[in-house]
Amino acid sequence: MLKITDLHKTFNPGTINEKTALDGLNLHLKDGDFVTVIGGNGAGKSTLQNAIAGVWKPDYGTIEIDGVDVTHMPEHQRAAFLGRVFQDPMKGTAPDMEIVENLAIAARRGKKRKLVWGVRKAEREEYKRLLETLDLGLENRLTTKVGLLSGGQRQALTLLMASMNKPKLLMLDEHTAALDPKTAAKVLEITDRIVTENKLTTLMITHNMKDAIAHGNRLIMMYDGHIVVDVEGEEKKKLTVEDLLNMFVQASGKEFASDRAILS
Amino acid sequence: MAFLYALPGAVAEGLIWGLMAIGVYISYKILDIADLTVDGSICTGACVCAVLLGAGVPAWLSILIAFAAGALAGVVTGLLHTALGIPSILAGILTQLMLYSVNLLILGGKSLVAIDPRANQLLLHMSNNPGAILSAGIIVAVVIAVLYLFFYTEVGLTLKSTGDNPDMSRAQGVNVKFNQVLGLGIANGIVALAGALLAQYKGSANINDGRGAIVIGLAAIFIGLSVSMKIKPNFVVSLIGVIGGGIVYYIVYNFVILLGLKTDYLKMLSAIIVALFLAVPYLQEEYFSKPKVPHPHGAASGKGDDGHA
Repeated sequence: MLKITDLHKTFNPGTINEKTALDGLNLHLKDGDFVTVIGGNGAGKSTLQNAIAGVWKPDYGTIEIDGVDVTHMPEHQRAAFLGRVFQDPMKGTAPDMEIVENLAIAARRGKKRKLVWGVRKAEREEYKRLLETLDLGLENRLTTKVGLLSGGQRQALTLLMASMNKPKLLMLDEHTAALDPKTAAKVLEITDRIVTENKLTTLMITHNMKDAIAHGNRLIMMYDGHIVVDVEGEEKKKLTVEDLLNMFVQASGKEFASDRAILS
Repeated sequence: MAFLYALPGAVAEGLIWGLMAIGVYISYKILDIADLTVDGSICTGACVCAVLLGAGVPAWLSILIAFAAGALAGVVTGLLHTALGIPSILAGILTQLMLYSVNLLILGGKSLVAIDPRANQLLLHMSNNPGAILSAGIIVAVVIAVLYLFFYTEVGLTLKSTGDNPDMSRAQGVNVKFNQVLGLGIANGIVALAGALLAQYKGSANINDGRGAIVIGLAAIFIGLSVSMKIKPNFVVSLIGVIGGGIVYYIVYNFVILLGLKTDYLKMLSAIIVALFLAVPYLQEEYFSKPKVPHPHGAASGKGDDGHA
């Protein structure tokens, strides 16, 4: 479904701020894979997602989604294949627009937008049903401006929007990191349900090792711009946080450099 | 008494400036771009209209062509910004400067072209203020109706989201750059349309028309929204509020003139009004806000973005 070959990206080349964010990364996701991605700060996790999303072009290497080479495709065209949820709950929705308008825009991702009514009557009913599945009471607030929702509600809504039209790949970039633990757990629960129900191929970045182990069928660990650990299936199910920390030390020769990841 | 006598004229002119402010509303409020093309494109609209009328083109057709000319100016600003990566505020200034030359060219090198109200069948003229109010009112109503329909289409919704949250828009497959060009085109088209109406109303097009138009537009927006947001914060009510803001602005303007203030100082007054409106939210936040109690849930409690767009 996703095939990344020898991907390189260096930011600010030739300056003292030079930073090699991706250093020959290879990744191949099978249809229906739910992959969790962990790694310390600056390991290249978010860079990887931004590369797939097309926020900027890589220096070298190719990205294929479902057999299509998207390496040079602009971000808004690539969006047809992708569903994205950001770390910042403010980033995934338009605050000054209604819930139903946000959903309607997402429902047309990857389709040609025309000069016809932007939200059709039949859609409202459909969105109401979709929102009911979140169990947050949003189904009765269709015309509420999204800016009035809490961070958790906005993140759940973004998740719903990202999963519309069954994207080839769902990308979650630490989408629960900015939420309180209870809300984070709820959003993760919704994530699991949406991914399973729609059989979505998913890439979920997380800082939380427990979450990385508890969710998905495959886990990868990044360090210094490439993948250092890649486990799946039964082997992944048996992992513990301690195993992961040991694997990290083995791969990098250093202690795991993110307090946040260990503590959470 | 003199004030009451000046009132119909103020309302007529206020309607036209309110229409221009709707153009500014689209760029400033919807697209979240402070577009300075406006000072030039309003004049372009006036020049195009005056010259076309002089050539015997019907008034209704000349305002449509003026709209197209303004839209083209907006597209130039949009392309300078999106295709050439020039910051939007500078892109607007550059186009504005280009338009000064273009407008002179349109006027045939003259700084003023008069429109003869007797030789032309004008849509509105200051000699008949009730008629001008009716004509301007109808045109404003048509523009609001068309904008309402447009901004609730599939394309229109993405134009709103482009200004509201470009990250979200791109992630949902919206071509943000295209939308910025389109939006600036529509905005400046409306501004030029207002310029064309203004030229007919005043009976002339002057190369210096429209200097400071952006400031008047912003003043109308702030005055209008300060009322309309309290009534019902939706699209149509906002646009009507902006029109109302234009009218209030011109009534105050006329009142101040009658009080004896020299017209030379009016631009200063306009700028101070806008500066105050822009400063008040900042001052409230900075000096008069209550100490914030940290929310137990941190960022998760985010109430969404405030004050933006």
